[in-house]
Amino acid sequence: MIELGVIDTRDKILSGEISSEQITREYIKRIENSDTNAVIEIFSDAIEQAKAIDIRIKEGFKGALAGVPIIIKDNILVKGKHASAGSLILKDYIAEYTSTVAQKLIDAGAVIIARANMDEFAMGGSTETSYYGKTLNPRDKTRVPGGSSGGSAAAVAEDLCCAALGTDTGGSIRQPSAYCGCVGIKPTYGRVSRFGVIAFASSLDQVGPITKNVKDNALLLQVLSGEDSNDETAEKRAVEDYSKYFNQDIRGMKIGVISYVDDIVKGLDVEKNYNDFKEFLKANGAEIVNVDIKNLDLVLPVYYIIAPAEATSNLARFDGVKYTRRATDAKNLEEIYLKSRTEGFGDEVKRRIMLGNYVLSSGYFDAYYNKARSLQANLREEFLKAFKSCDILIMPTAKGEAYKLGEKSNPVDAYKEDIFTVSANIVGVPAMSIPFGVGKNGLPIGMQIIAPHFEEGRLYRLADFVERRAK
Amino acid sequence: MEYDVVIGLEVHAELKTNSKCFCSCKNEAGDEPNTNCCPVCIGLPGALPILNKFAVEQTIRAGLALGFEINRTAVFERKNYFYPDLAKAYQISQLVKPICINGSLRIGNKDIPINRIHLEEDAGKLVHGADGSTLVDYNRGGVPLIELVTDALKEPHIESADEAIEFLEKLRQIYIYAGVADCLIEKGQMRADVNVSLKPKGSDKYGTKVEMKNIMGFKSVYRAIQYEIERQRDILDDGGVIEQETRKWDDDKGINFTLRTKENSQDYRYFPDPDLLAVKIDDAKIDEIKRTMPMLPNELKEKYMNEYSLSEYDADVLLQFKHVSDFFNQCVADYNQPKTVCNWITTEIMARIKTESGAGPILISKDNLVWLMKNVDNKKINRLSAKDVLSKVWGTDLSAENEAKRLNLIIDIDTGALDEIIKKIVEQNSNVVEQYKTANDPKILNYLVGQVMKETRGKANAGDVMAKIKELANS
Repeated sequence: MIELGVIDTRDKILSGEISSEQITREYIKRIENSDTNAVIEIFSDAIEQAKAIDIRIKEGFKGALAGVPIIIKDNILVKGKHASAGSLILKDYIAEYTSTVAQKLIDAGAVIIARANMDEFAMGGSTETSYYGKTLNPRDKTRVPGGSSGGSAAAVAEDLCCAALGTDTGGSIRQPSAYCGCVGIKPTYGRVSRFGVIAFASSLDQVGPITKNVKDNALLLQVLSGEDSNDETAEKRAVEDYSKYFNQDIRGMKIGVISYVDDIVKGLDVEKNYNDFKEFLKANGAEIVNVDIKNLDLVLPVYYIIAPAEATSNLARFDGVKYTRRATDAKNLEEIYLKSRTEGFGDEVKRRIMLGNYVLSSGYFDAYYNKARSLQANLREEFLKAFKSCDILIMPTAKGEAYKLGEKSNPVDAYKEDIFTVSANIVGVPAMSIPFGVGKNGLPIGMQIIAPHFEEGRLYRLADFVERRAK
Repeated sequence: MEYDVVIGLEVHAELKTNSKCFCSCKNEAGDEPNTNCCPVCIGLPGALPILNKFAVEQTIRAGLALGFEINRTAVFERKNYFYPDLAKAYQISQLVKPICINGSLRIGNKDIPINRIHLEEDAGKLVHGADGSTLVDYNRGGVPLIELVTDALKEPHIESADEAIEFLEKLRQIYIYAGVADCLIEKGQMRADVNVSLKPKGSDKYGTKVEMKNIMGFKSVYRAIQYEIERQRDILDDGGVIEQETRKWDDDKGINFTLRTKENSQDYRYFPDPDLLAVKIDDAKIDEIKRTMPMLPNELKEKYMNEYSLSEYDADVLLQFKHVSDFFNQCVADYNQPKTVCNWITTEIMARIKTESGAGPILISKDNLVWLMKNVDNKKINRLSAKDVLSKVWGTDLSAENEAKRLNLIIDIDTGALDEIIKKIVEQNSNVVEQYKTANDPKILNYLVGQVMKETRGKANAGDVMAKIKELANS
């Protein structure tokens, strides 16, 4: 299903083999003919953007993404275009400024052709909570594509674009990448600017690329990375050229395996793939090291306290007073708030707003929020300690193949699906999901590789090797 | 029954900065509505705050001026509540780690303990239309504010409305002198929340406190406190119980009424703002701010009284308004006669600028005033002529020297010619001179001096003329 990637497309465009306009038209046709509901809107100026890039290319422009059609998640702002975060409450919202990540794509010559479906405000792991309807997994349309960046991953897997941007707060890039058979990275917190990205949980959110292959992924992350005068949390740190990590072997690399992960993997669908992955790494000269991370069993509760706490505050601005949709029959201020928010938010968002308010309330703050924060600090220490004895940690991205639409309708069941992904967000380290084998239904399985802060290069070295060598 | 009154103050002041606290919009709330706004200060999706470092410096400066300790790490937190003037539905403020902790301010002979000064952003402003509509102006949203909170649980306390006002006025003066805030009351740049509690005289158990929020103007603060003390005294005297609550002061009616009781008080759900890094403040920064701290009112007062030998009264008059003492300092720097400068400023200048609620701008240049003072002292112009010239040049860009020349007021008559005129006047008025000699009446002497001045068209020095007439009369 997956055809041309970012680098191949760019090279064909730069060599004059095809034009950006041609390939953009082709992708738009595919999106129009698609029945997976991966895309919410094709941007009306996509062809215009492509034509303009074609002219610049003729004039000598050689941007890293010259002419390459890319889809962005519906929570990333581009001036003059709709961005709704998959919610009714922002249905008619048109961005008044462009996010740093979108600007970096534009500057590198990309054509932003559409916005992808997502779980409402990125809250969910199946893209079933979107106001704009469910997205189907293009590899098996009875199954979810994962989420919250399910639209982005499905679009890449279905070849509706060369690559897509997602956002990851607790696994929202990696898990749909695993379910759809894509490469997805959640960069180190602070590697990529969050300016102009509709916030879910500010201390955990990161934008990252979802791609058809590892080299595309590295190129896109390189374009997206860097400090930003509009985001204090985007760190002032040099952007690396990740291509230097390509085409290496993994001899002597120390791969950390967490005993707690080994325990919970037992009996899961993913167990065989996980063991195969370890064997594959060992067979290729890597050293498997057992590490212990204390309190890792508490990472889900820590995540489901911190993320809703921040979300409840971040989403309070959508109050029906200013740019958000206002309930038409509100008779006074209190009704504007109550009715607009009651109508505008879906159940999952409301659930997390209530959770967040609860853990921040006086009398509960110390027992929940503060305790979660101190455990977070503790987990960070534990990870740093683990990285003293290994270069990379591995674990599955998800428990198995993509599950059936509607299968995880109980919210707590759905939350438990995040068990492998949330720790990288809680600790702030970079983590990537790469395709590795298939499950019992022949659907893709993702393996997760995790490096210390700002060591994305290590991930690309290993991922590139796996991609070249694994069957 | 007799009671001890305990008063706590929370004082908000808008910081003097070019831009807002977390974006680069102009810090100018009074402009055309919603013109000084951007995605950050109107809380658009995806917008992130960037801390204005100068606002932090100003907060440190305010703290150092009041003897605060400066926290080396300060943290911004979100105070969450819904209101249309609050664009993000949370205010970025500080709770656990404010920039300044433990300061004090002296009123009378008491050092009133102050718990903290923290930095936060202001909210926008609601504008209610005559047709019942309400509009929001976000120009003020995001303007940097410092909030100072007295520590009413520590002694000594603010115990009366008079002391509260003295505290506020002193605080205002210090902020203005330190250059951290303009504190224009009428523009709402300084606002106070007040809490009042009463306890039986001598008791060490605090009474229940009642808060009154956002009172505009010191006179209103005074009246609100007086009213609340009486209200609580009446209740307690009748054996009643004070409810912990927030009351609203109605300045027109001169009463207050319940706004919120403790049961329905807001839970602000504070937590650290994940969009902002913790603020690190190092010793070098604190030293730099200390080094560049402008002289504060108490230091200037000491200088005026000890170094310049001015009376306490004069020093207070000069220091009441910063632009007046600034002008005084500039004049003294140019003309090192502090007493003379003080006399001119406290009389001639103050008379011209004093208004009911404050003092207007000084509409004469330092150079012009110094020229007039110097030349009066050098007897090149008479004091009365100099005052005329001051009136002529006030509010213009005319030069005092040119005006004095144009009006022919420079004393340039030579002594020989002057002696001739004096001799002539004394001879013409021999009767009057005789009268003076017998009565020794200064009025008669002044008459004679006046005649000479008239003859010289004011171009002689009156003192010299008087001395000469005396000499002739007694010869």
